[in-house]
Amino acid sequence: MTGQKRNRHKKGSIMMAVRHNGPFVMFLLPSLAGVMLFVLLPFLDVMKRSLQTAVTGEFMGVKNYDVIFHNQAFVLAVHNTIRFTLVCIPLLVLVGLMVALPLSNLKEAGLIKSVYLFPLAMPTATIVLVWKMVFYRQGFLNLFLTKLGEVTGWWEAVRIDYLGTGASFWVLVASYLWKNTGYTVVLWLAGILAIPNELLEAARVDGAGRWKCIRYIILPNLKGSFYTIVILSFLNSFKIYREAYLVAGSYPQEDIYLLQHLFNNWFVNMEFDKMAAAAVCVGIVLFGAIMLLQRLWDKAE
Amino acid sequence: MFRTVYQSVKKNMTVLLLLLPAVLVCLPVVLIITGSVMDSIELKQYLYPVFGGGEEFIRWKLMPDYPTFEHYGRLLFLTPAFFVLFWNSVRMVVCILIGQMIVGVPAAWAFAAYRVRGSRTLFVLYVVLMLLPFQVTMLSSYLVLDRLSLMNTQLAIILPAVFSTFPIFLSYGGFRAVPIQLLEAARIDGASELRIFVTIGLPLGKSGLLSAIVLGFLEYWNLMEQPLAFLEDKALWPLSLYLPEISWMQAGFAMCASFITLIPAAFVFVLGQDYLEQGIIYSGLKE
Repeated sequence: MTGQKRNRHKKGSIMMAVRHNGPFVMFLLPSLAGVMLFVLLPFLDVMKRSLQTAVTGEFMGVKNYDVIFHNQAFVLAVHNTIRFTLVCIPLLVLVGLMVALPLSNLKEAGLIKSVYLFPLAMPTATIVLVWKMVFYRQGFLNLFLTKLGEVTGWWEAVRIDYLGTGASFWVLVASYLWKNTGYTVVLWLAGILAIPNELLEAARVDGAGRWKCIRYIILPNLKGSFYTIVILSFLNSFKIYREAYLVAGSYPQEDIYLLQHLFNNWFVNMEFDKMAAAAVCVGIVLFGAIMLLQRLWDKAE
Repeated sequence: MFRTVYQSVKKNMTVLLLLLPAVLVCLPVVLIITGSVMDSIELKQYLYPVFGGGEEFIRWKLMPDYPTFEHYGRLLFLTPAFFVLFWNSVRMVVCILIGQMIVGVPAAWAFAAYRVRGSRTLFVLYVVLMLLPFQVTMLSSYLVLDRLSLMNTQLAIILPAVFSTFPIFLSYGGFRAVPIQLLEAARIDGASELRIFVTIGLPLGKSGLLSAIVLGFLEYWNLMEQPLAFLEDKALWPLSLYLPEISWMQAGFAMCASFITLIPAAFVFVLGQDYLEQGIIYSGLKE
């Protein structure tokens, strides 16, 4: 009986598929054609080129891959990019949660949320000047720290050159947080508000305090949001290149020389063989990371 | 009595604690606005330590001693280049958004309204494409644009962006809210698939489209990587690349240009904030 039922169901769904194939293709076609033409087919070309010399197109095997993995700039850029991601994403996720949790039971949440979101709307180019005013050696940050030192007597005048030393890395981290906190807060809030109220009510009736509610009800219910936020933060972390490039140019201090700089510089110098090999490598790694996160996400739900 | 006082104090403290960083977040805007109405000489005095060296620190005043609109005058009446770039930005953003609507919205509808063999795999492919950063696809885009001889034209920026899969994902989020039974009912009544899309899909799923437009506007108003790579001729550049080219010696002018660049983005932000938030939530949805 059940077998028959399943069989019929299957037959039904295939018939549905046949009936709807036409409109599906019709609606999707313009987009699919464009994606094919602008992304997928040329990416195959890039894969082919990653096995060839740049100018003559001679077949080289995996030589280009060998070259980039021994290329100092590539190793440095990969190292910096990974370091940036590993520092930024946990920080952003945490900061977002720390803002979203108290915000979730405030009436004034709307206004505060807007203020945190606003940096998302600010074009990078408009704040570059401000960044320079804050982080240059004689800038606001050092002024503030020096004044603080004077008042408390803890330290002498501070004259760190943030953009010329290893501190530049933290400048990037700060501007990433500045820009993306609002985004994360919105996602966390959506997750928190989706938790059924009865669940929290029941816990409260049972005598659970605010912390216990957070620990045992809210956090476990936010796993789905967590994976979303990690994926989107990761996507947005590549856009930090805008700040890095505008503040420090194509060849910044070596701690913030990211993969994005390297790709751009290879492009300018027409080193397409290395670029192709690196694009394939980064593409594969990202694809793997995305699939892994999706798998974890499926498990979480 | 004591308890309520304590609670209200605690609540106000939370608001304050949350607002404090929020104010810091908005400080750059204040700096830009005050700088843009400051007299050149005064501004140079304050900023001299930053670009001139020495041991002094930068200074600032929230109320300029000699407020002036000279920079605005110069920018609006004596700098035609600014308008060229402003319109470049507007043109590119508008073309991209219209293109995305024409191409992306039907695609989103295809994914939302039909289950076809292979549609899920395609959807996952679209999600992965959405998450790939520009640098990975830069060479691919270049190869196509070069073959189509579109390099160094604004189409080189517009076309690849039109086929971005991000707006599809957002519009899809909006279309998910459309009940399937409604579509079935319309089919039984004999409505064509196109008609169902136009009369049911679009009106019911419009929050997805609007979020795609708001998020898209903010993204493309801030366009940098693509024009930097694909546009050699500076006369074709968007504003977002031009601003950083203005030197320290013209800081007031630069701040004024920054402020004017900020206005459209702030306008869209204020008008579309609900859709912006909705869009962020859609972008976090799983299939």
